[in-house]
Amino acid sequence: MKLMLKIWRQEGPGKKGALVAYPMDDVSPDMSFLELLDTLNEQLIGKGEVPVAFDHDCREGICGSCGFMISGEAHGPAKLTTTCQLFMRHFKDGDTIIAEPFRSRAFPIIKDLVVDRSSLDKIVQAGGFISARTGSSPDANAMLIPKNKADRAMDAAACIGCGACVAACPNGSAMLFTAAKISHLGLLPQGQPERHQRALRMVNKMDELGFGACSNHGECEAVCPKGITIDFIARMNRDYMRASTTETMEPVKRV
Amino acid sequence: MTRLISFLRTNVGSKVVLAATGAVLFLFLVGHMLGNLQIFEGPERLNVYAAFLKSTGELLWGARAMLLVAVTLHIATAVKVTLANWRARPVGYAYRKDIETDYAARTMIVTGPLVFLYVAYHLMMFTWLTTGPGYSETDVYTNVVSAFQVPVISIVYIVAMLILGTHLYHGIWSMLQTVGISNPRYRWLRRTVAPVVAIVIAAGYIAIPVAVLVGIVK
Ligand code: FES
Repeated sequence: MKLMLKIWRQEGPGKKGALVAYPMDDVSPDMSFLELLDTLNEQLIGKGEVPVAFDHDCREGICGSCGFMISGEAHGPAKLTTTCQLFMRHFKDGDTIIAEPFRSRAFPIIKDLVVDRSSLDKIVQAGGFISARTGSSPDANAMLIPKNKADRAMDAAACIGCGACVAACPNGSAMLFTAAKISHLGLLPQGQPERHQRALRMVNKMDELGFGACSNHGECEAVCPKGITIDFIARMNRDYMRASTTETMEPVKRV
Repeated sequence: MTRLISFLRTNVGSKVVLAATGAVLFLFLVGHMLGNLQIFEGPERLNVYAAFLKSTGELLWGARAMLLVAVTLHIATAVKVTLANWRARPVGYAYRKDIETDYAARTMIVTGPLVFLYVAYHLMMFTWLTTGPGYSETDVYTNVVSAFQVPVISIVYIVAMLILGTHLYHGIWSMLQTVGISNPRYRWLRRTVAPVVAIVIAAGYIAIPVAVLVGIVK
């Protein structure tokens, strides 16, 4: 099939960018979107032009490296799908496709479709961990975890940190990501000791990095390739409210 | 105290303030609507009710003070959060599609101020009695009827209530979600109960000018 690609080209951080049109003939419906970009890049290199920069790694939808806006939707039109797993059969012959980087103050553009998502790592560093004892591995099933809790924690832990939620949110909010990270630890017994501090630190970090607030639009949930739901945001808010009213981060001073 | 301040300063904290103040205003809307609907039971009933409200003295002023605080916090927080949201995406998309969100959710920051403007006008007309046709301090019933007999006043009122309904359409569910009253099991409430409540409130208010215009209440 024939397609018209319009891709955001930007030489580097802070440079002026623009959408550039690339007509593509002979697109196979069985190509993934990234393979289409590979094909385009080969053509560009053949012509001595600079290839389009884009992030990718596993190409099987599990690492969270890939991702940009495809015709106005993060990861494109297919539900529960990362960009690398989006196949060209989702498009029609003659379609015009716009590819733009994820846009957020906290995701500065590095080049073309590549953005710096390390702010998500900083949120995790702020509190997305548990303290575990070292030494020999604990007995299996020594810690009882109800099945429904384990399942729910897995639902949250499915987040691959691609940043699509931030990109799709009209407010550039990272609440779905943060909520998933807070919840997958907070739902399990191992995550209890730091549960409150985690909520306080990660929520504060999110704001500090310049992410927006959640207006309950639900756009994040709609584009999430892993189906994380906004119920986790409600859960994060509960944790945060409870932590704010009960937790003392600093040791209590005695006089 | 520092904890409270840092709570309020975060986006989550601000949203909780918006939800809590929104809940106060929502309860007022329900109460005010039920009070107003007594107009259908005749002049006697409504005027007695109005006199009763005035007779509560400090209680009435307490309620008014609470509403004033709620409105002020609601607006101030909405402005703060909206500005933070705009800052969060300095460069917009060339093309972006809405998938899940709706018109009501996208226009909260527009419908809010419009409702506020209308409330100011509404207070001038029915509480401060500084505008509108022929008013008496004690005959609330006649005040309402003679005002709504002017088609323009009725139409402005109806439009304002539709805008209010739009604000509530997103606001009711949104406040529950924000304060964490959300469970996968009750997700369907978002698209059913919340909109129905919004429609019932708007319809309850709109019923009054319509009844006056068609002559059911005169
Ligand atoms: S490249 Fe790993 S998820 Fe797409």
